[in-house]
Amino acid sequence: MRYIFKTHHRQDLQLFRDGFEASWFLLLGAALLVAPFVLGNYALSLLSFIFIYSIVGFGLMLLTGFTGQMSLGHAAFFAVGAYTEAVLQARGWPFVASAPSAILLAAAAGIVIGLPALRLTGIYLAIATMSFNFIVEEALARWESVTGGNAGMAVPRIKLVTESLPAGVPMYMLCLVCVVAVGLVVRNLLRSPSGRAFIAIRDSEVSAQSMGVNLAYYKTRSFAISAGITGLAGALYAHQIKFLGPDQFTLLVSVEFLMMVVIGGMGSLHGAVLGAVFMIGLPELISRVKVLLPSAIADQTGLNAVVFGVLTVLFVLFEPLGLFGRWVKIRTWFSLFPAYRKGMFKRQKSYAKSERLA
Amino acid sequence: MELVQVAFSGIAIGCIYGLVALGFVLIYKATEVVNFAQGDVMMVGGFVAYTFFSIWHLPFGLAVLATVAVLATCGALFERFVLRHILGQPAFAAVMVTIGTGYALRGLVTMVPGWGTETRLLKMPFSEALLRGGGVSIAMDHIAIIVTTAVLCASLYLLFKKTRVGIAMQAASQNQLAAFYVGIPVQVMHTLIWGIAAGIAAVAGILLAPITFVHNNMGLIALNAFPAAVVGGFGSIPGALVGGLIIGVVESMAGYLLPEGFKAIAPHVVVLLVLIVKPSGIFSAMRRKKV
Repeated sequence: MRYIFKTHHRQDLQLFRDGFEASWFLLLGAALLVAPFVLGNYALSLLSFIFIYSIVGFGLMLLTGFTGQMSLGHAAFFAVGAYTEAVLQARGWPFVASAPSAILLAAAAGIVIGLPALRLTGIYLAIATMSFNFIVEEALARWESVTGGNAGMAVPRIKLVTESLPAGVPMYMLCLVCVVAVGLVVRNLLRSPSGRAFIAIRDSEVSAQSMGVNLAYYKTRSFAISAGITGLAGALYAHQIKFLGPDQFTLLVSVEFLMMVVIGGMGSLHGAVLGAVFMIGLPELISRVKVLLPSAIADQTGLNAVVFGVLTVLFVLFEPLGLFGRWVKIRTWFSLFPAYRKGMFKRQKSYAKSERLA
Repeated sequence: MELVQVAFSGIAIGCIYGLVALGFVLIYKATEVVNFAQGDVMMVGGFVAYTFFSIWHLPFGLAVLATVAVLATCGALFERFVLRHILGQPAFAAVMVTIGTGYALRGLVTMVPGWGTETRLLKMPFSEALLRGGGVSIAMDHIAIIVTTAVLCASLYLLFKKTRVGIAMQAASQNQLAAFYVGIPVQVMHTLIWGIAAGIAAVAGILLAPITFVHNNMGLIALNAFPAAVVGGFGSIPGALVGGLIIGVVESMAGYLLPEGFKAIAPHVVVLLVLIVKPSGIFSAMRRKKV
C-alpha cells in the first residue's frame, strides 16, 4: 500500500492520484487509440457499444450511485436522445448542433420527471420513472409522423459538421472522444459543490437538508444532468445501431441499465465502465461458449436473461460493490500481502431503516 | 349497454391488478421490500397451473390448490434463503434482488420443457360460458375473477383480524422491534408473508390465464399493478384493491372512449397525476418520517 504524502493543495485537484495511476490510464488510452488499426470491424463496433453504454452508466451512476435516486426510466431518456438525433440529422442538422439538442431535450425530460420526484423517495420514485418510461414508449409508437411508429425509422449516416462520416473507425473515434469527455465532466462534477451535495443527499437526506443543501434544486439538477448524459449516449446509439424502433427502449432496457450499474459497482465511475464492459461482453461470451454446450442448453432463448438475472442477485448478495469492489479487494490483497484480513471489507450490520413513521 | 360490459371487464381486470397489488402491499408492509418480481411469480403460477391441469390432467380444484401450495412454498423459501441475507441492507439492495429474480424467472420459464416461449391456453371448466341478462353478456371468466377476489379478500381479512398468527403478522409489520420484544418471531412472519403473497400471485395467475393466455411475458401485465398500489396508497390493504379497481376501470374506459394507444398509458398517466397531486395515495398509510 502506497501512501501519498501531500505537500501542495494542487495534489488534491489532480485528475489522477499519482503517476502510477496516470500511467495506467495513459496505457489504456493508447491501447484504445491503436485498437482500430488492429481489430476487425465487429470487435470495433462492440467497443463502440461499450463506450455508449459507459456513457449511460456514467449518467445513471450519477443519479443512482451518487445521488441515491433510483430510476427505472433511463431507457426513456435514452430514447429521447436517440430519436432527437435521428430526426434532426434527417433534416440535415450536423452532429455538432443535433447532439447538443438531443442532450438538452433529454435534460428537459429529466427535469419534467424530476419535478414530481422531489416529493417522492425510494419506491415511489422508481414507480414514477417507470410510468414515465411507459408513456414515452407508447408515444414513440403512436407519433408516427415523426418517429415512424412501430415500423421504426432508419437513421442517416452521421454528419459531423458538413460531411457525412463513414461508419467504422470515425464512429469509434467519436464514441471514444464522447466517453472520455463525459467521464471527465462527471469526475469533475463529483468534486464540485454540486457533486458533494449529491453525495450528501444519497447518504442522508435529512442531514443534507439540515446542512443547507436545497434538496429540490439538487435532485432536479442531478436528474437533468443524468438525463442529458443519457441523451448523448442515445444520440450516439442512434448512429451506431442505424435503425430505431420503440421496442429498443422498453422498461426492460431500463432494468438492464440498472443491472449494469449494480453489477459494475454502485458509487464508483470505474463501476459504470466495468458494468458496460460486462453488459456487452457477457452476451458475446455466452454466444461463444454456446458452441461448446449441448444443444439442449445452448438453444435456449432465455439463457442471457437467466444469467443476467442470477448474476445481479448474486452480486447484490455477495459483492454489493460490484465488479469494482471485487477489483479493489484483489488489489488490496496484493498490496497488503500477507497482511490481508478476511473481514476488511465486511459490511456493517444495521437495523432495518424504516421509511415509515411508527 | 356496451359501456356496462366494458366497465365489467374493467372491474374484472382491476381485480387482477388488485390481487397483484395486494401481494406488493403485504410484503411492503411487513418487510419494507417492494417485490418487483410479483408479476413474474404470477406468470410462473400460470405455468404451474397449466402443467397440473392441462398436461397432468389433475382435477381442476386439486390443480389450483397444488399450484397455490407450490408457489407459496417457493415464495417462503425465497425469503428464507435469499432475502434473509440482506435484511438490514438499504431498500435498494432488496429491490435489485427482486428485479434480478423477476428477470431471471422470465428467461427460466422458457427453458422448462413443455413451457417454452409459446403462448399456452389454460382452459377452465367454465370458460366460454356467458351470462346473459338485460342485453348485457358477461363472460364467466370475469365473474370467476370477481368472486374469487372477493372470497380471497374476505379470508385474508379474517386471517389478519381473527387469528393469532394474523395478528402477530400485523404487529410485525407495524413495528418490527416492538413485535420482536413481545416475543413474535419476526423473521418467521416475514417468511409467512412471502408465502402468502406468492400464493395470491398464483391465484391471480390462474385467474388471468383464460384472458391473456399463459406466456413468459404475462408478468408484464402486473406492472399496471404498481399504479394500483400507489393510487391506493402503498401500504394499505383495502387501498390496494380499490386502487386496482380504479386502474382497471380507467384503463377499460380509456380503451373504449379514447383513441387507440391511450389504453396502455392510462394507468401510468393516472399514477403520475396521483403522485404529483397526492403522493401518499388515496388511503394513505404512510407519513413523512420525523427526525
